[in-house]
Amino acid sequence: MIAPGAASTLRHQLIGLGGVIERNWYLVKRYALWEITFFLWTAANTLTIVFIAKGVEATGGRVDVNRLTTILLIGAVIWSYLGIVFEILVETVAWERWEGTIEYTFMAPLSRPVHLIGMGIFAVLYGIVRAAVVFAAIAAFFGLHMPNANFLSALILIGIASVSFIGIGMMTAVLPLISPEKGTQFGYIGQGLMLVVSGVYYPVSVLPEFMEWIARISPATYALRGIRAAILDGAGPAAVWGDIWPLILIGVLSIPLGLAVFRRGERYAKQHGKLKRSG
Amino acid sequence: MLEPALVTRPAAPRALDGVPAVEVVDLRKEFLRRDKKRDGRFARRRRHAALKGVSLTMQRGETVAILGQNGSGKSTLVRLLSTLLLHDGGSATIFGHDVFVEAGAVRRLVNRVSVEASFFKKMSAVENLGYAARFYGMSPKETRRLIPQILDRVGFPAERSGDAMEGLSRGMQQKVALARALLTSPVLLLLDEPTTGLDPRSKKEVQEFIREIRTTHDSTILLCTHDLDEAESLADRVGILHAGALLVLDEPAELKWRYDAPTLEAAFFAATGKQLEDEGDDDEDRGVFA
Repeated sequence: MIAPGAASTLRHQLIGLGGVIERNWYLVKRYALWEITFFLWTAANTLTIVFIAKGVEATGGRVDVNRLTTILLIGAVIWSYLGIVFEILVETVAWERWEGTIEYTFMAPLSRPVHLIGMGIFAVLYGIVRAAVVFAAIAAFFGLHMPNANFLSALILIGIASVSFIGIGMMTAVLPLISPEKGTQFGYIGQGLMLVVSGVYYPVSVLPEFMEWIARISPATYALRGIRAAILDGAGPAAVWGDIWPLILIGVLSIPLGLAVFRRGERYAKQHGKLKRSG
Repeated sequence: MLEPALVTRPAAPRALDGVPAVEVVDLRKEFLRRDKKRDGRFARRRRHAALKGVSLTMQRGETVAILGQNGSGKSTLVRLLSTLLLHDGGSATIFGHDVFVEAGAVRRLVNRVSVEASFFKKMSAVENLGYAARFYGMSPKETRRLIPQILDRVGFPAERSGDAMEGLSRGMQQKVALARALLTSPVLLLLDEPTTGLDPRSKKEVQEFIREIRTTHDSTILLCTHDLDEAESLADRVGILHAGALLVLDEPAELKWRYDAPTLEAAFFAATGKQLEDEGDDDEDRGVFA
C-alpha cells in the first residue's frame, strides 16, 4: 500500500519523466532536417565499414562475404547506437547549458535520477529506432540474407545492454559540468574506448591480454557477441544467457554508480558556480 | 484576475502562516578566481567573497527589492535561494524549509525569472511551457487548459504561441518567462533583473504584470534590479547590496530619510559612494556570479 503523499510524489515524478521524453521529442521534430542529415551520415559511415567485407574478397581473401558483411554491419550499427545514447545523455547538461535552460531544469522539483533515467529512456527508444532503420537500409543495400536471424532475441539483448549504457552515459554526462568547454568530447572518447576493447569489428580473442581483460567488464562485449549469435545463428534468449547475465550484473551496478558520479559532479558545479550558461 | 487554479496551486507541505517566507542569516558564498599579475600572467586562484554574511527576513506576501551594481552579489543571492548554488556559511530557509538540506521541498515553492529568458529556441512558447510545467508535476490535461490562459494574461499574442522562440522579440520572450514562472504557482517568486534590456513598452508591460501578481497572486517576491524607479514602485522594502554586503533594508521613504536624500538614487550614492549605473567588479573577471 502506497501512502497518499508518496503516491502523489510518484505521480509528479512520472509526469516529470514524461516531460523529459516529451521535450526531447519536440527537439527531434524541430531539428527534423538535421535528423535526416545525421541519418545519412550514419548510413555513409556504416557503408564504409561494411564494404570492407567485399574489399577482402576483391583482394583475394577467402571469406563468407554475407557473414562477414553482417558481422561488420552489426558492429557499425552498435557503434552508432552507443554514440546516440551517449550523445543524448551528455546533452543532458551540454545542450541545456548552451540554451541557458539548465538552471531552470536543475531548480525544478524533478529528482535527478528521474531526470537522467528519462533522458536514458528517450535515448534508448530513439537510438533503437534509428539503429533499426540503418540496419534495415544497409542490409537491403547489400541484399544480405539472414535466414536464421532471431531479431526478438537481439532486441532483448540490446534492451538489457542499454541499462548499462545509460549508467555509463550518466557518468559521461557529468563531464560538461566539470569542464564546460571540453567535457562533451569525453562522451565520444568513452564510446571509442568501450568499443575498441569489445570486439566491435573483430573477435575479442585477437586483442592483447590486458585488453581482453578489460573487455570482460565492458557491456558492449556481451551485447555484440549475443546480438551476432542471435542474428547470424538464430540464438534465442536461453542460448545467449551467457551474455545476458553479465549484462544484468553490469547494469545493476552501473546505474547507481552513474547516479552517484553525476550527483557528485552536480555538487561540484553548485559549489563552484558552473551551472551558469556558457556561450 | 488570474484563474483560481493559478493562484491556489502552491504545493506548500507545511502551514505557511506565521513562518517567514524567507529567512536568511549570515549567508556567505565564496568563489575561486584567478587574479591577473601585473605582467599579464595568471597567479594562483584565491577565494573571493560574493556574499559576505547577508541577513534578511521577508514576510509572506511581501515584495522586497534588492538594489545593487553589476557584481554586487544579487544573482548569487537568487541562485542560492533557487538551490542552484551551495553556500559556504550561514543559513537560508524558505517557508521554514532549509534551502540547502530540503532542496526538494524548496523547489516546489520557488520559481524564478532571470535577465535572460532562457528557452529552447527552436521550440515554441507552448512547447517550452509544457515540458517545464511537467517538471513540476502538471499533467498534459492541466497544461492544455492553463497555458493559453496564462499566455493571455501576460499579454502574449495567441497566434504566436506555436512560433519558435528564436523568432520572438526580447519582450515577448520575457513575457513567456513570466508565464513559465507563474504557471507553477510559486509562493516565492525570484525576479532577477526581469526588465533589463527590454524596450520601454515591454518594460512597462512586465512591470504592470508584476504589480498585478502582487495584488492577485499569493506570492512573495524578491526583485533584484538596478532600476531605482522599478524598485521604488514595486517593492514594500528596498535593500542595498554592495560588494556582497547588504548595507540596509527598509521602506523606500525610510531609506531616503535615513540618508537625508531626496531620491532613492541619492540614498544609494550616500550608502555606497557609487552611482548605481557604475560598473562594479566585472562578473567574468571575478569568476563570480554577480
